[in-house]
Amino acid sequence: MNANLTLLPLLVPFAAALAGLAWPDRLGWQRGCGIAGGALTFLAAAVLLRGVGQDGYLVTHVGGWQAPVGIVVVADGLSALMVLVCSLMVLAVAVYSVRDVDADRQRAHYYPLLMLLTMGVNGAFLTGDLFNLYVWFEVMLMASFVLLSLGGEKPQLEGAFKYVTINLLASAIFLGAAGLLYAKTGTLNMADLSRILARSPDAAMINTTSMLFLVAFGLKAGMFPLFFWLPASYHTPPPAVSAIFAGLLTKVGVYALVRAFTLFFNHGADDAQTLLIWLAGLTMVTGVLGAASQFEIRKILSFHIVSQIGYMLMGLALMTQAALAGTVFYLIHHIVVKTNLFLIAGIIEKRKGTGDLARIGGLYLAAPYLALLFLIPALSLGGIPPLSGFWAKFALIRASLSGGFYWLAGTALAVGLLTLYSMTKIWAEAFWKAQPEPAPAAPATGTAVMAAPAIVLAVLTLYLGFFGQPVFALAERAAEQLLNPQGYISAVLGSGPGGQAP
Amino acid sequence: MSTMAAVIIGVLVAGAVYSLLQRSIVRIVVGIVLLSQAVNLTVFSAAGLKEATPPVIADGARTLADGAADPLPQALVLTAIVIGFGLVAFTLALTTRTYQELGDDDIEKFNRTDT
Repeated sequence: MNANLTLLPLLVPFAAALAGLAWPDRLGWQRGCGIAGGALTFLAAAVLLRGVGQDGYLVTHVGGWQAPVGIVVVADGLSALMVLVCSLMVLAVAVYSVRDVDADRQRAHYYPLLMLLTMGVNGAFLTGDLFNLYVWFEVMLMASFVLLSLGGEKPQLEGAFKYVTINLLASAIFLGAAGLLYAKTGTLNMADLSRILARSPDAAMINTTSMLFLVAFGLKAGMFPLFFWLPASYHTPPPAVSAIFAGLLTKVGVYALVRAFTLFFNHGADDAQTLLIWLAGLTMVTGVLGAASQFEIRKILSFHIVSQIGYMLMGLALMTQAALAGTVFYLIHHIVVKTNLFLIAGIIEKRKGTGDLARIGGLYLAAPYLALLFLIPALSLGGIPPLSGFWAKFALIRASLSGGFYWLAGTALAVGLLTLYSMTKIWAEAFWKAQPEPAPAAPATGTAVMAAPAIVLAVLTLYLGFFGQPVFALAERAAEQLLNPQGYISAVLGSGPGGQAP
Repeated sequence: MSTMAAVIIGVLVAGAVYSLLQRSIVRIVVGIVLLSQAVNLTVFSAAGLKEATPPVIADGARTLADGAADPLPQALVLTAIVIGFGLVAFTLALTTRTYQELGDDDIEKFNRTDT
């Protein structure tokens, strides 16, 4: 298998972005570049997943420099799955944006920015080098900053300022932590770090830097108590941008946490495990309570991102194979469902002119298909069997019960109920209630282009629920790889067990 | 030398935290700039600030001589400076635009999107 496959999910969106920049004024060209870029990235990711399925690990030594001297691009089960799911979301949002994002924004390089965001996200998933991870984070952040503020409406600028400030703070902490780790270990290659830290007796240094990484990645993931920027900014840009942020960006933070705490901060880090369990529980509870107090669709959904991050952290904190498989499956389920809910929220806002639940209603009569479309991801988010959210929660709760964490399992179940409460609130207010007077002026029509990607994602949710076994098997395989970093280390550093000293 | 670097980094971080906690958005940007400089200096000091020979492999030799400096942190910090420069440029543009649109530079009044 050609190991250079790992570079395709980076090069394809980059090429699409460059192509899009060539003729910014031609809307057809812009949309074509965006949609084709999304589709080709998805294809590249599918080929990558197939390659990883055959070989276990695909490693590219960039520029021919052998690890740990050069930068490596590594695809393992988790990376390949994440790249695949995220590329599909980019494709869905690219199609959705044709109608949702206005022509002025599309002329202002909306699609090239979306492609650069994709490149940054995929790069963060695939890199095997700590400093390179920082660089990909910055690529992703820069694109997200501009996407968030593109259009320059007042709420957007307010949200963007907070988002930019907190993310630059997180980046500074990340870079500082990487510098300290390099000072102590003399390497930035993650596999090499794992090898060196396993032998390091300096527990104080490992714990200090691991906490710095926890804060830096936790800020990006929206972990308790570092999540306040998220609900303040995610509802301000056009729904298409909200959807891609909700699906991808916080999950990059979760991915980085999973990678760091399974690959190189995995030795004798019991304190970190205890801390993570508490943080997971608190993230779940505060997120869902915040959502319960909101009365605008996208604000409710933003708080639910926070609460769902708690579930993913829960699997990481338990650190058993079943729990990590649950986390990986939860990531996949959550990305699909949450992106879809934001897409549907966008359709509702387009039809009604607002997402304020007090001012809308009667959608079940006006658009029964939309009601059905909303119900699938909403019930899946709440964890109703047999939808994908049920299996994801089931795996995590079973893992916490078998680990003896009964209160954590209880919290997860209670949070599931409260999630359902928020979803029924949206359902009752937006769909069942009669339209309150005065009705918003001139509801938009022609939302079919926007509905198409939402339908595809809803079908995917159903598929993950009814026929999810192959996907769960992939998640289990990824979890097995995460728990046995030796495979990763020998794949990257070559040579026998443990790799050779540089 | 390392002690001096540590003191400078400490002062920069203290200044950054002080500025980040101000209400004016321009001062917050100043805080971000100071913090990124402090972090750059941290990375720069990562290789150890000591007297060393330039990291150039001599003619005929296969490896670096003993006592050569570690060139990697300098490469890292150069990358970080360039990224930081771009980010600060964007943040300043965003700050200007925010001030023009909202007519205020007091972050306490930016509460319309809060929840």
